[in-house]
Amino acid sequence: MLTAINLACVRGDRHLFANLGFTLEPGGRLHVTGENGSGKTSLLRILCGLSPPESGQIHWQGEPIRGLGDEYRKAVLYLGHHNAIKEELTALENLRTTAALAGIAVADEEGVALLGRVGLAGREDLPVRFLSQGQKRRVALSRLLWSPAPLWILDEPFVALDTAAVSWLAEIVGAHLDRGGMAVLTSHQEVNIASGIAQFLRITP
Amino acid sequence: MKQADALNQAGTLAELGTLGVLLAVARRDLLLALRRKSEVMTVLFFFVIVVSLFPLGIGPEMALLRIIAPGVLWVAALLAAMLSLNRLFAADYADGTLEQMVLSPAPLGLLVIGKILAHWLVTGLPLVLIAPLLGLQYDLDGRALGVLMLSLLIGTPLLSLIGAIGAALTLGVRGGGVLLSLLTLPLYIPALIFGAGAVEADISGLGATGHLSLLAALLALACFFAPWATTAGLRIALE
Repeated sequence: MLTAINLACVRGDRHLFANLGFTLEPGGRLHVTGENGSGKTSLLRILCGLSPPESGQIHWQGEPIRGLGDEYRKAVLYLGHHNAIKEELTALENLRTTAALAGIAVADEEGVALLGRVGLAGREDLPVRFLSQGQKRRVALSRLLWSPAPLWILDEPFVALDTAAVSWLAEIVGAHLDRGGMAVLTSHQEVNIASGIAQFLRITP
Repeated sequence: MKQADALNQAGTLAELGTLGVLLAVARRDLLLALRRKSEVMTVLFFFVIVVSLFPLGIGPEMALLRIIAPGVLWVAALLAAMLSLNRLFAADYADGTLEQMVLSPAPLGLLVIGKILAHWLVTGLPLVLIAPLLGLQYDLDGRALGVLMLSLLIGTPLLSLIGAIGAALTLGVRGGGVLLSLLTLPLYIPALIFGAGAVEADISGLGATGHLSLLAALLALACFFAPWATTAGLRIALE
């Protein structure tokens, strides 16, 4: 269970939001909406612990995340604006090193199978710089397939994806919620995620 | 943890130990260096050319060359190490990998050690290996060349460790390259004094043990403090 209490965020001398709070139960998803520059990404970074909030607290399973350390980092998967992949490495090498960073060993065959599931079959050994934007995003999204983290924090996950991939991703997120996972996501597109209890949070100054 | 296990979709994926994560980071950086060979070669050629220019400029005065050799080789090594520093974290910062490192369950300090290890293998070790060859141009004898190699072998990891602090602190700062030099070069001075001093002491017959011991002590100190300071710098850069 993820609880945010009275969060406030200040960037420079701009107050992005204050008194923001929500509770996310297993199987729940939170859609964060708001205009460009309203602080959606800032909120998501605060939620994964990358930056501290100006005030307020975030609790994971009833404990403040500041004190949880690696226990919380193990529970979170964060997908930001950047794909966190290396142009010079192949899709398979990227997948394996990203998994290694999360402390998970993926063997070659497993990696190839996972990349097949994100629609990159036959392109595993191509340096990522030869792939299109959408395909790069798919390499980044392959993390959703091996990650054991119960809390997914996804910043604009649907950007650059074609319609088939959008519905594929919606299914993956739905399956995650069905298993009792949680998701926080931002998106400017309408997406149909069938499962889970949806909450909507609109950030207004 | 039970919940996490239940959520592991593949079910069969093994967990890596902390050392496994460190090695994975080092291996990835080595692989990247292999794919962009020009970056590695730039550092090495810079070192070779700077060191080779001095004998050409000064002329074949063996006595003078022997005196300036330790200083020239060490200063060139410092500058070559500088050259590669601003790329240490910049690429990972730009493409979002650094965020994933901070969010990794493994301690960030450990991942930083993996990156520094790779940085040294790619930019430090080649300098150590080629230094005796360059030392010949300065008429250094076999013993002095051995001491030179040993001093660089202890000294170049020190340069990578100290440089990492500077690279982390100047990350994302505009004009960071100049700032990085201003910040790091003064911190390199002890390494320069004891490193070049070791070779000088050996040439003048005083024995290099004292200088090398102090250099090794500095390395031990940096091994302990540098990853910690670098980690703090990276966290500030990402906030």
